[in-house]
Amino acid sequence: MDIKPEEMIKISNAMPKKSWMETPPDLSDGKFCYPAKAKTLEYLGLPNPRDWSPADEDWKLPENWQQIIHEGFKERLDKYRSLKVFMDVCVRCGACADKCHFYLGSGDPKNMPFLRAELLRSIYRNDFTLAGKLLGKFAGARKMTTTVIKEWFSYLYQCTECRRCSVFCPYGIDTAEITMMGRELLNLIGLNINWIKDPVANCSKTGNHLGIQPQNFKEIVEFFCEDIEEITGVKINPSFNRKGAEVLFVTPSGDAFADPGTYTFMGYLMLFEHIGLDYTLSTYASEGGNFGLFTSSDMMKKLNAKMYHEAERLGVKYIIGGECGHMWRVVNQYMDTMNGPANFLEVPKSPITGTVFENAASTKMIHIAEFTADLIKHNKLKLDPSRNDHLKVTWHDSCNPARAMGILEEPRYVLKSVCNNFHEMPANTIREETFCCGSGAGLNTEEIMEQRLRGGLPRANAVKYVHDKYGVNMLACMCAIDRAALPPLMDYWVPGVEVIGLHELVANALVMDGEIERTTNLRFEDLPGAEGDSDE
Amino acid sequence: MGIYKHLDAHAKEITKAWTTRFSEGYPTVGGQFIMKEKDSFNNPIGAMAKESFTGVFALISQEVMPEMEALRQKLDPVIRLRAVQTFIPSEGVAFVFLLKTVIREVLKKEIQEGKVTQDDLDSFSRRVDQLSLAAFDIYMACREQIYRIRASEVRTRTLNILKTKDILCEVPEVGTEILPHDVYKNGGFEKSDENPDRGL
Repeated sequence: MDIKPEEMIKISNAMPKKSWMETPPDLSDGKFCYPAKAKTLEYLGLPNPRDWSPADEDWKLPENWQQIIHEGFKERLDKYRSLKVFMDVCVRCGACADKCHFYLGSGDPKNMPFLRAELLRSIYRNDFTLAGKLLGKFAGARKMTTTVIKEWFSYLYQCTECRRCSVFCPYGIDTAEITMMGRELLNLIGLNINWIKDPVANCSKTGNHLGIQPQNFKEIVEFFCEDIEEITGVKINPSFNRKGAEVLFVTPSGDAFADPGTYTFMGYLMLFEHIGLDYTLSTYASEGGNFGLFTSSDMMKKLNAKMYHEAERLGVKYIIGGECGHMWRVVNQYMDTMNGPANFLEVPKSPITGTVFENAASTKMIHIAEFTADLIKHNKLKLDPSRNDHLKVTWHDSCNPARAMGILEEPRYVLKSVCNNFHEMPANTIREETFCCGSGAGLNTEEIMEQRLRGGLPRANAVKYVHDKYGVNMLACMCAIDRAALPPLMDYWVPGVEVIGLHELVANALVMDGEIERTTNLRFEDLPGAEGDSDE
Repeated sequence: MGIYKHLDAHAKEITKAWTTRFSEGYPTVGGQFIMKEKDSFNNPIGAMAKESFTGVFALISQEVMPEMEALRQKLDPVIRLRAVQTFIPSEGVAFVFLLKTVIREVLKKEIQEGKVTQDDLDSFSRRVDQLSLAAFDIYMACREQIYRIRASEVRTRTLNILKTKDILCEVPEVGTEILPHDVYKNGGFEKSDENPDRGL
C-alpha cells in the first residue's frame, strides 16, 4: 500500500531533464499547421512543391537541403547586417524570456524568445564561427540535422512576430526578424504552411488574400451600402478604380469578408461619405495585408508594390490605409527601402482639416485612425457617443500598429470620443507592452486552435480582469487578424466579451447628414431604448 | 472528523505544496517561473493555478462536503488551461490526484501522532476522487468547446463563400422553426430546370 497516487496512474509529472538540444519537437497531429499544397507552391514558383505532412518521418526534402540552408543563411548574413548582429550580440540575459505570450501560455522553454533564436544561432555558430567549429556543443553550436530542421519548423511557426520581446531586449534584438529569416530559409527547401501560402498565391492572382475577384469585391461593398442605407437612410455610392481621385483607400480583405470586420468596412464607407472625401477603392489593390511578410522579403516586396502601382496608375495623391496589423509593419518599416520612396505621390494632407501628415512624408500612406483622430480634433464629425452607451469597451493595442508604428494615442482619442465607457487593461498588457492575440504572422488557422488559445491566454487574462472589475463587454481593436482571432479567444476564456473594430464604433456614433433615426447598430441589433421598434 | 481542523490550519501550506507539485509538471525553467513570478498578468498559468487551488481547497477542506457545482466553478480555470496545453488528457488532470500526496506529506506529524487516522485520510481521498471526476468532466467540456470553435470557424468561412457565390441563400419567409435558416438554392425550394428531381 505504499504506492503513491501518482505512481498508480503511472504519470511522471516531471519533465525529462534533458537539455533543450536533446528534446525533439512534438509534431504529432494537431501540433502543426497544415503544410502548403504542392500546386500552391508551383503557382508561386517556390521550391520543392510536393505533398507531405509534418507528422511524416520523411519530409521529402531536396537531397542537398543542408547545403541550401547553409548557403541561404550565408547569403542573408551578408545581405542583412542586422541578422549578423542579432546572431552575435545576444548575451542570454533573459530579459526577453518571460515576455512571449506563447511561453506564458505554455510554459515551454523553447517559446522563450532567446531560445527560439538559439535554434538558428546554434547552427550559425556551427557553420560560421570559429568557436562553434572548434568547440561544437560547448560553444552552443550544433550541426544541422533533420531533427533540427523539424524543430525550426515547429517553433518558427509558434512565433507570431509580435515583437513584444524586442521591447525588453537591452540590445534591441528583433526576434521577429530572426523568425522571418528562419521562415525564409525554410521556404528555400519547401517547408511552409498552407494558411500563409494560399493567401500569398491568391494575392498574387487577384490582389487580395481571399481570392475575391474584382466583380465580387464590388458586389460585397455594394451589399454593405445597401445595409448602410437600411440602417441610416443614407445612400452611398463608392467608386472603384476611379482615376484622378484624391485618395486611394486600401484595407485588409478580411474586412470585406469576415464578421465583425465587415462592420468596420461599413464604418469606413460611412465616415468617408459623411466628410465628402474624394476617394476610390481598388478592386486590384483590394488587400492591405501582406502575407509575403511571413514568406520572404521578395514576396513581401511584390505584394506591397501592388498598392503603390495601383496608386500610381490611378493618379491619386496619397493612400489611406484601413485597420490592419502587419500591413503597417511593412509600410512603416520596410516599404521605404523596398519599393519607396513613393515620390510619385504627395505628402498626405487632409482635405477636410488641412493637416499635413509629415510622419508619412516618405511612404505617403496614413493610417485611418490618425486621419479620423485629426477630424475629431478639428470638430469635423458630429458624434453621438451615447449610442454606444450599452458597451463597456476596452482597447487591445494590435501588435504591429502599436509596436511597429507607435500609434497608441490616436485610437484612444477616437475611442473616447465615440463611446462613454472606456476602461484600460493593466499597464503591462497594453501600449508597447501589448499582448498578441496569439494568431498573427499567419497562424490564425483552426488546426492549431489549442496553440492559438494558449498563445492568446495572456491577452485574454487581462481582458478578463477588466471584464470582472468593470463589466467590460466589448474588446475594440484595429487589426483584421485580431477581429478574426479574438472572438474565439473570448469565447473560450472570457465569455460575454465581443470584438469590434474602431471604425464600427465611430460609425455607430456618427450622426450623418440626412440620416433617419437609427434604431439598430451596424449589426442590426436594437439600440438601447429602441427595443421593439425594429420588430414592429 | 478530526482531519478538517488540521486541513484548515495548514491550508496555506497545502495550497502552496499543491501548486508546487503542479508547476513541476512543466519543464524546469517554466515550472520555476510559474512559482516565482508574482505579477498575475505576466504569469497567467501561475495566477490561475493558485486561484483555482486556493478556491478548491477552501471548499473541499470544509467538514460539510461542498456543492459539486461550486467546486466545478473553482476548478474550471485551471482545467481550461490544461485543455489547451500540450498534455495528454491523463496528464492534463493528473494534478488533482497529487492533492492526496500533498495532504499526507503536510499532515505527516498529525498522522504519526494519530490525530489524523487512516479513516480520515480515506474519507478525504474519496473527495479527491470526486474532484478528479469533476476535473475529467470539465476537461472534456473544454475539449468539446475547442472542437466546436474549430468547426464553427470552418463553417463560418464556408458559409460566407457559399452566400457570396450565390449558392446558399437565406429564406426568412419559410418557416424557420422546421427548416434550416440557410438552404441551398434549388436544393429545397425552387424547381430547377436542369435537375427536375430537385426542389419543391
